Amino acid sequence: MIRYAIKRLWLGAIIISFALMMMFAMVYLIPGDPASVALGPRATPEMKEALRERMGLDQPVWKQFANFYGSALHGDLGTEVLSNRPVLNVVMEQLPFTLALIVGGITWSVALGIPLGCIAAVRRGGFVDQVIGVLSVAMIAVPSFVVAIYSLLVFAVALQWLPAIGAGDPGNIASQLQHLILPSLAVGLGWIGYISRMVRASMLETLEASHIRTARAFGLPEHRIIYTYALRIAVLPTITLLGVGIGHMLSSSVFAEIVFARPGIGKLVYEAISVRNYPIVSGAVLVTTVFFVLVNVAADILVGLLDPRVRSSFN
Amino acid sequence: MAVLAVNNLSVAFHTESGRLEALKDVSFSVPANRSVGVVGESGCGKSTLINAILGLLADNGEISAGEIVFEDDKDLARLDAAAMRNLRGQRIATVFQDPMGALNPVLSVGRQMRDIQYRSGLSKRDKDARSVAMLRKVRIPDPESRLAQFPHEFSGGMKQRIAIAMALMMEPALLIADEPTTALDATLEVATIELLKDLQREIGCSVLFISHHLGVIAELCDEMIVMYAGEVVESGTTREIFHDARHPYTQRLLACDPARLSRRVPRLPTIAGTLPDLRRRPSGCVFQPRCDRADAQCLEVPPAAPIGGSHIARCWHADIPLGVSA
Repeated sequence: MIRYAIKRLWLGAIIISFALMMMFAMVYLIPGDPASVALGPRATPEMKEALRERMGLDQPVWKQFANFYGSALHGDLGTEVLSNRPVLNVVMEQLPFTLALIVGGITWSVALGIPLGCIAAVRRGGFVDQVIGVLSVAMIAVPSFVVAIYSLLVFAVALQWLPAIGAGDPGNIASQLQHLILPSLAVGLGWIGYISRMVRASMLETLEASHIRTARAFGLPEHRIIYTYALRIAVLPTITLLGVGIGHMLSSSVFAEIVFARPGIGKLVYEAISVRNYPIVSGAVLVTTVFFVLVNVAADILVGLLDPRVRSSFN
Repeated sequence: MAVLAVNNLSVAFHTESGRLEALKDVSFSVPANRSVGVVGESGCGKSTLINAILGLLADNGEISAGEIVFEDDKDLARLDAAAMRNLRGQRIATVFQDPMGALNPVLSVGRQMRDIQYRSGLSKRDKDARSVAMLRKVRIPDPESRLAQFPHEFSGGMKQRIAIAMALMMEPALLIADEPTTALDATLEVATIELLKDLQREIGCSVLFISHHLGVIAELCDEMIVMYAGEVVESGTTREIFHDARHPYTQRLLACDPARLSRRVPRLPTIAGTLPDLRRRPSGCVFQPRCDRADAQCLEVPPAAPIGGSHIARCWHADIPLGVSA
């Protein structure tokens, strides 16, 4: 199992370094001279030369690449221009808010998606199955910003059950959770649909397996057959799907954070783009890439923990 | 006393292309402490028979006539789902064909063996002790440490022995073995048959053994029934049928068994024709379209002709022994 985990982490490291390479290439290939842009039209050639030297732009490409790589590995993603603070600090400050949002989205999607998928599979072809099917597709089809706006209008403005904006009082867990309910629903709603479809399909497949017939032939209670013998296998593809889903949730968190005026990476990137604060944008992209890769490694490891066949194929 | 008596059982499936009669007027019994073999080619209704006995027919299937009397007092054809579930695994246990897929891949063997004992009221430790004793009986080496292992960590033969151990753990009155050795290689097959024989003697259960392999039936079973297209065409003791088969289908089946060929042949013998479409059964004898002995009389449903003892053949021409051509 440890070897399996190390192997997954090693693959993750390769993906992250590939992402770094892409980021370097993107910055390098953007047309225009960064020094002229930074110094404006009235800069003298000597000033430009000096700045280029300071930025390391006079060096050969491979050396620039090595410098970029080396400092990224040390956690140095450059300095933000406006506040003159390290980019990494600015991004990491916002990360917990987005993390909470995504954990909330996963909670919604798993807590509702798995039971709905199970019920639909057990009631296959019946009225309940059809209702869940229509609901699931509807949830997948609605864009998350629409969910964000309408849930805000209904539950926060009209009914006033839940707070409308912000992330809650710092240090007050209850208030923070209250502020999390609607935004995380906006992020997770589509995934309730995806997961319920996925669980239904793999559940139907699993229920056809011959070991389920064995379990029935041994007279095991039906609820144990469905929720232990079949579901333990049927959730495995869902875990992998969720690993990918977190990438989508990261992008929908941009809308949720803007609509609900929550701090977070999405809002940070949005604001950075609107003022062309590129170091923040690339820093945030890198941090989310690392996060995404780590989540997928974690999902693979979780599948390994739940599926002994996967585990031993790596031993 | 018969542990299982199937009387005039018919099972029908409702399919999109019409009603399909998978079993028609099937009768046989499994006496206490005896082994009864069921033989027939693929599609002859062997699996439907098992599912009907276990109460696990697909949703579109129904028992349209007849009864399945278990231990003289319960008609499995009419038992409600809960009562049926209480019999399954306790009084009637099953070993299925595919040892690779028959065990749950993500639960340990120990967990699965414990779950079967859920009605026993034993503590977890006692259940495990019982599982270990059972695994030892089926000759799994070092059973204590193997309880924590998962099915894929065992070989095919071991998995089938584990399945046998699970089936016999609750000391059932009837063991249904659905082609348990088909997926195994020849050496393992012999060992598994020997094991089943020993365990049957030790536990004192009856066995209903389904197979298309005549040699295995001859080795293990006291009595046998021959099924064709959902009907029992011949039944009797294994000895009677192997030495004096009277139904043309049984005779052809025996002639097709490669193990019974005494000299080299360029092509293995087969039975010409295919199984009839069960949605449109042939009138009269069900084997008549493929039978070289068929005549006008065969368009009438043949009677169960007594041959002697318990031996019965459903054929108008049951008086012609093997080797005599019509």
